[in-house]
Formats: sequence, structure tokens, C-alpha cells
Amino acid sequence: MNAAALAVHQVRYEQKSYWRNPASAFFSFAFPILFLVIFATLNASAHLPDLGGISYNQYYVPGIVAFGLMSACYTNLSTTIAIRRDAGILKRLRSTPLPPWAMFAGMVGNSVVVSVILAILVSAVGMLFYGVSAPHGIPALLVALALGAACFCALGVAVSTLIPNADAAPAVVNFVFFPLVFISGTFYPVPKGSVLERIANVFPLVHFTRSVFAPFDPHATGARFASHDLLIVAVWAVAAAIVGVRRFRWEPSRR
Amino acid sequence: MGQTGNSSPAIRVESLRKTYRNRAGTVEAARGVSFDVAHGEVFALLGPNGAGKTTTLEILEGSLARDSGTVAVLGLDPGSRADLNRLRKRVGIVLQETAVEPYLTVSEVLRRNAAYYSNPRPIEEVIELVGLTEKAKARVKTLSGGQQRRLDVALGLVGRPELLFLDEPTTGFDPSARRGAWALVHGLTRLGTTIVLTTHYMDEAQALADRVAVIVGGEIVAQGPPDSLAGRDRAATRIRFRLPAGVRREDLPLPATTAADAPEDLRDQLVEIDTDDDVPVLHELTGWALRGGHDLDALTVDRPSLEDVYLSLTGSAATAIPPPGSRQPAATQPSGAAS
Repeated sequence: MNAAALAVHQVRYEQKSYWRNPASAFFSFAFPILFLVIFATLNASAHLPDLGGISYNQYYVPGIVAFGLMSACYTNLSTTIAIRRDAGILKRLRSTPLPPWAMFAGMVGNSVVVSVILAILVSAVGMLFYGVSAPHGIPALLVALALGAACFCALGVAVSTLIPNADAAPAVVNFVFFPLVFISGTFYPVPKGSVLERIANVFPLVHFTRSVFAPFDPHATGARFASHDLLIVAVWAVAAAIVGVRRFRWEPSRR
Repeated sequence: MGQTGNSSPAIRVESLRKTYRNRAGTVEAARGVSFDVAHGEVFALLGPNGAGKTTTLEILEGSLARDSGTVAVLGLDPGSRADLNRLRKRVGIVLQETAVEPYLTVSEVLRRNAAYYSNPRPIEEVIELVGLTEKAKARVKTLSGGQQRRLDVALGLVGRPELLFLDEPTTGFDPSARRGAWALVHGLTRLGTTIVLTTHYMDEAQALADRVAVIVGGEIVAQGPPDSLAGRDRAATRIRFRLPAGVRREDLPLPATTAADAPEDLRDQLVEIDTDDDVPVLHELTGWALRGGHDLDALTVDRPSLEDVYLSLTGSAATAIPPPGSRQPAATQPSGAAS
């Protein structure tokens, strides 16, 4: 089997596992949809004066596209790896001729497939039911999503190495994630110049969220690449990948 | 270089050493372990928990690095990354703990893993071999512990390995499932597969292994065929019976001792005679009984079982690893004393 065929082979079985697992399918897939419907409905008539008076949902829907990708990549990957390591599944797989890159390709590919489905679904629901106007600058949106997927998959692998065992996985994973989501403008823009914004600016979430919003911003012009934000996401991607690769372990540390 | 000829052994281990360091100090899990396994042989590693069985196995499998010593598996060094990549294609591994993705079905997991090998066994054949045909479409999480274990063995077999490692393959099996597993191992040896296993069950070692090695405290204290381990075949025959009513021990025609391990209700009644001349001794004893009209209740004529030999070899060291120098090496056969 050549490399591409092997990667597709792995993604297929990861997909089967993913959709059959109620925990992963709920927390990383249904959760973003639930957030979308609840808050978009509650704030259907709200507007954001700070962003030139655009409707709340024109801002919120791209935020949920970003949030969906972060759950499908970061939350899903870090939890899955921690659980499989603890159960001995990684060690078992390591004893077969499957190359490590192919195993990762399967898991990352699975996260990307889920992210793409979520992005399309969330955008479509936003446009059909909540009056969101279609994104301009599709290339900018695709670049933002691709860089975001790389960054949050790498972060998922990196954070999985900090999780001591499967029981601790949801706590460790969400302990970093949710506070950052709330201060990173995912649900509501963070006031410019505030302390919270300065904290959030250190992390990739707010930059990723802005780079997904840029193509949806009706007041923006040009190609809509949020270059500064994309650069920070890329730096985090590289740093997380280095940490993830260096610290990755196949076995639980019990000895 | 690959080595598939029968001129060299499938596995050669010489002076293997491994020490773990932890907060409590250091633990020498392997202290100069040496043994060979021939092609097509079934080799069993026996020993108490913590004796070094799994450590030795994991070094052979390539998941643990050794401190020193020579290891050749199918002519390759599992401690070398390049050799290990070649070995993974030719060796099947069943770890001590079962670990399979819970949401895939039996045939899905096997079909997925079969794609990792160049010449896999057909998955229907593997499923039948381990007796999971009726569960082929069942998700892994719905299988019983024993069925998951059999799936684990199937995953070890699907790549058509030349060599199979089985770490406690039947722990937790009911008696009939164990017989099934034994039949499976016999079937594999007929196909030429070399098998290295660990087990806590002496009847399993007796039934399956061509040769066994007993590891205690990180050292091999005896190795050889199960029938002659530690001179078992040459050991004294033990004749046991219950003292006939009204007969005292002193009245017997031969000197006998009270069996120390007799059950409570037979205390002082069960006697035993250890002898190297079992035929004349039995003749004298039964002749005496016939002449005097005595019954010899509960009469048994036995040599030490593999379990007896094992317990005497490991007895003083039943709790993991003794401090260095505290244990006398028991009757050790020369390591080359293979059949």
C-alpha cells in the first residue's frame, strides 16, 4: 500500500470509530451546533456597534466555525490520544508495521474531515436561518482554516503529553481551552485594549477567530487575509508540533 | 540482514541485563539472562510476578531497551531502529493487556491491521482460527474479556508471523477456552510458527512447551524440556497411601514418613515412601498388603509434577526479587540441554 492509500485507509477507520463513539460525536460535533443554534437564536436582532453596526450573528457564526474546528482538532485529538495511550492501544499499534506518521495522518485526517463538515454546516445554517452574508475571499478563509487545523491538531498532540491518565483527560483538556475560548472573542468581541484582550493575544485562539471572521466581515476589503493573526497561529503551530513530537509517548508511564 | 534458515536459532539471548531505577532504588529485572529458541519451537518463560518475564519479552519485542547483552531475533537486533522496523513485519505480538479500539467490529479491526502486512492471512481464516466467527460483526466493546483476548491473538496472527510472542495469553480464560487456545497454539506450530510465551499455569507449560525456562529474580534458574526440568525425570518416585486401620507406621515393611502436606482430616494417616527403585518397593508393599489383608486407601505413585519442580525452584523467592546473594541457585541444567 502506498503512502497516500495508507493514510486514506487510516482515516476511514478513524471515521468509523469517531461517529460510533457517543462521547466524541457529542462533545466535538454536536456541541458547536448546539452553541450556534442557542446563541444565534437568542441574539437574532442584536447588533455590534464596535464593528460598524453589523449583526451579532454575522460575527458569531464565523466564531462558531472557528470553535468547531478547535473542538474537532484540539479537544478531540488530545482526548483520543490520552485515552488510547492509557488503554495500551498506542503501544499495541506500535508493535505492528504501521509507520507512526500514518497513525497520525489517520487521526489528523479524521479531525480535518470533521472540521470541514462542521464549517460547511455552521456556515450554511448561519446563511439560511440567521441572515449571515456569504464570506468574501474564499482563499483567505481556506488558508485560515488550514493553518488553524495544523495549529490546533499540533496543540492537541502537545497537550496530550501533559495528561497523566484517561480519567484526567477531559479536565486537563478543557481547563486550558474553555477559559481561553471565553476571552478570545469566540462568543462576543473582546473590548479592545482591555486586560483580557492582552492576555488572549498571547494565545492562538483569538488570532484564529479573527482570521476566520475577516472573510465574513462586510466592512473589510481586499483579499481579507489577516496576515498578522495568521502569522501568530503559524508560530504556535510550529512550537506545538515541536513539543508534541519531542514529548510524545506510546505507553502510559506506570513504571 | 534477515536470517530465515534453520542453521541459527530463531532467538538468541546472551547475558541480557536490564535495571530499572525508581524512587525506591534500583530493580535488576534481568541479571544475565541467556537462552536460545529454535525455529518452530514453543518456548515458555515461567516465573513469579516481578521475576523478569515481561521485561525479557519486551526487550525481545523491541519496546524496551536493554542495558547490556546480545539479543538476536530472527537474526535481527530489536534494539536497533532499522532492524526493529523489519522485525515488526515478521513478528506477531500479543501483549499482557488487551487493547483494541472499542468502537470497531472484530472484522474491521482485523481488516485494518491486515493492510499493514505484505502477505496477511485472510481475515475470515484468522477469525475462524480463534473461534470468533459468530462475533465477526460485533463491536469490540461488546465482547467478553476472553473474546477480546482471542481478538488480540488474532491481531497477532493476521500478518502471518514467523515468530509469535504471547504474554500470558490465557490468563482469565475458563478451562474450555484455555483448551481452545492450546489447540490454536498446536495448530500454529504445525504451520511452522515459532512461539515464545509466558504463563502462570504449569499445566499450560506442560501441554504446550517444547522447552521452558524458569526465571527468578532476573536470572534463569533452570531450563529444559518440561518433562525433565531440573532432573524431574530422574527424581525419586513418591508412593503415598493411607495407613490401614490398626497398622502403625512402624509395622510397615518399609520405612515411611508422614506426608507433611496432608490435608487436615488425613493428618498422621497419610504416609509416603520416596524411592529410586519403585518397582521392587511397590512389589514388597503390595505383597505385604495382600498377605495381611490390608487396604491401601488413596494409593498414588508419582514423580514430582512440573508444578512441584517449579515451586521448589521459586519457593524461597515467591515475593518478587530477593536481595542479591540471598538465594542459592537451584539445580540448574546446562543451558544447551535441549531436546
